[in-house]
Amino acid sequence: MTALRGRAWKFGDGISTDQIAPGRYFHLRSNLPELAKHVLEDARADFAQNVRHGDFVVAGRNFGLGSSREHAPVIIKMVGVSAVVAQSFARIFYRNAINIGLPAIICDTTQIREGDLIEVDTAIGMIHNVTRDVRMSFHPLPDIMRRILQEGGLIKYVQKHGDLELGE
Amino acid sequence: MFIIQLLKFPLMLADWAFMGRTMSEKIIGEHAGRPASAGETVIAKVDLCFTHDASGPLLIRQLEELGMSITDPSRAIFFIDHAVPAPRRENANDQKMVRDYASEHGAGFSESGEGICHQLVVEDYALPGQVILGTDSHTVTAGALGAFATGMGATDMAVAMALGKTWLRVPETLSVRVSGGLKRGSFSKDVALYLIGMLGSEGANYKAIEFSGSTVRGMRVSERLTLSNMVVEAGAKAGLVPTDGETRKFLDERGRGGFREIGQDSDAVYEDVLDIDAASLRPMVALPDSVDNVKPIDEIGAVEIDSVFIGSCTNGRIDDLRTAARILSGRKLHKGTRLVITPSSRRTLMEAAKDGTLQALLLSGASVTPPGCGVCFGALGGVPADGENIITSTNRNFKARTGNPEARTYLASPAVCAATALKGIIADPSEYL
Repeated sequence: MTALRGRAWKFGDGISTDQIAPGRYFHLRSNLPELAKHVLEDARADFAQNVRHGDFVVAGRNFGLGSSREHAPVIIKMVGVSAVVAQSFARIFYRNAINIGLPAIICDTTQIREGDLIEVDTAIGMIHNVTRDVRMSFHPLPDIMRRILQEGGLIKYVQKHGDLELGE
Repeated sequence: MFIIQLLKFPLMLADWAFMGRTMSEKIIGEHAGRPASAGETVIAKVDLCFTHDASGPLLIRQLEELGMSITDPSRAIFFIDHAVPAPRRENANDQKMVRDYASEHGAGFSESGEGICHQLVVEDYALPGQVILGTDSHTVTAGALGAFATGMGATDMAVAMALGKTWLRVPETLSVRVSGGLKRGSFSKDVALYLIGMLGSEGANYKAIEFSGSTVRGMRVSERLTLSNMVVEAGAKAGLVPTDGETRKFLDERGRGGFREIGQDSDAVYEDVLDIDAASLRPMVALPDSVDNVKPIDEIGAVEIDSVFIGSCTNGRIDDLRTAARILSGRKLHKGTRLVITPSSRRTLMEAAKDGTLQALLLSGASVTPPGCGVCFGALGGVPADGENIITSTNRNFKARTGNPEARTYLASPAVCAATALKGIIADPSEYL
């Protein structure tokens, strides 16, 4: 995977799936482009309108807690976000993000501020905050998730391998 | 090097054979066809897969993209419960898609109005020792019957339905021992809220929780379901209760076989052991905007409440409605406070209609909606106005959860909710019980 590059949008701790994909837009779940217009609306009203292709969602602890709705990472990806970087992720969101091919990166995000230009190299596990010239390494994904992400998500992985495999 | 590995192998086998195991390790190991220990990743067979109108359409699209079908339709169930009866054209179309797919593929199906998936899974499908996956975070509810039940997204479920298996990291386990008798006015919901307050909203992330202790042993299955249901609010992957006579009785009463004994070994290895003294627990309240923002009712001051909701997979069962009816019977709601009640299933509603519970609720001034999930997550009904306070017997109080980001949501037991509906401020139910 090549390096990702974009601006940081900062979010706090405990951003729930209710804030990412609010229940009041439940009727839009089969109309993802419309649902995506409300992505993260209850956390930052300015995000969906102004996010640019390649930007990063950068958050604190326990990003994506709550519901198993996969629509949450799907609409984050759909608006062009290249990766979510957080200090920690809730379990189901983490798995869902990788399954749909959205990198979810666990690292210390206190070194990243709103609007910073950052580059992420998922292959070597390195974040470069270009604005502040700070480099941070991050833990690689568990092996099976790394392979799923490399294939572009779980559907493509299973299409290619015909099965789930644990690898080495 | 190779020889050392060879020598080690029998020792490892011996370790596996004699090492105490948690319930998760036992169940996942049985489904992986090999011993499984916390931290390992395995491929496990899945006994039951279910979805609903909230994630079903995405799941079906993923199955179609995958180019595969459901490998064993007898192990797959499609529920329509999230926005019922359908309030809009879009919901109706999603529900039709789910209904048609289930029918075409011969999978299990539960129509709009039958009830909340987790309640029906427990009543009709889940068995001790099973691996159960649902496209819903509250799938953990079935852990109360001694199953390893966990929530996943639509893509994981598409693959699980297509292949009959999934990959699982065997979780570390927190042992939660609850002892002592709950005081009048305190319930299993208060144990659950207290636990989440203690752990924090990610205190059990990626882990399993296993409950034990005299309080849990003394609980009916309906009370245990509330404990298991709420573990995900601390991030847990599963919340298991060892099976016993209560579990057997629950299955027998529904004319179901399949009981087996399953519990943790006495020498199982836990990441941590937490003790809760149930006798000291006061009614608990989770304050806005997070489930772990928990305080005893005595420490929150006078909180005025505009709207009350009793329902959901957490606390919409017949026992919950009966508790509410005991409190509300012969009384009227506080002027200016509204009460909405959603029974968890058609069966629950029928039981409530039969024994006078429903009448007591309605006479007090409550509105009763058809069984479903809509009110709990702000998709259908009971939405509070800007600046209003709502208290619910459900599982989440995140910003916007109840449908309005400008409202504030509190969580408590059905008893606290009912007492609050009478007083207009968050109230201790003890005086009514």
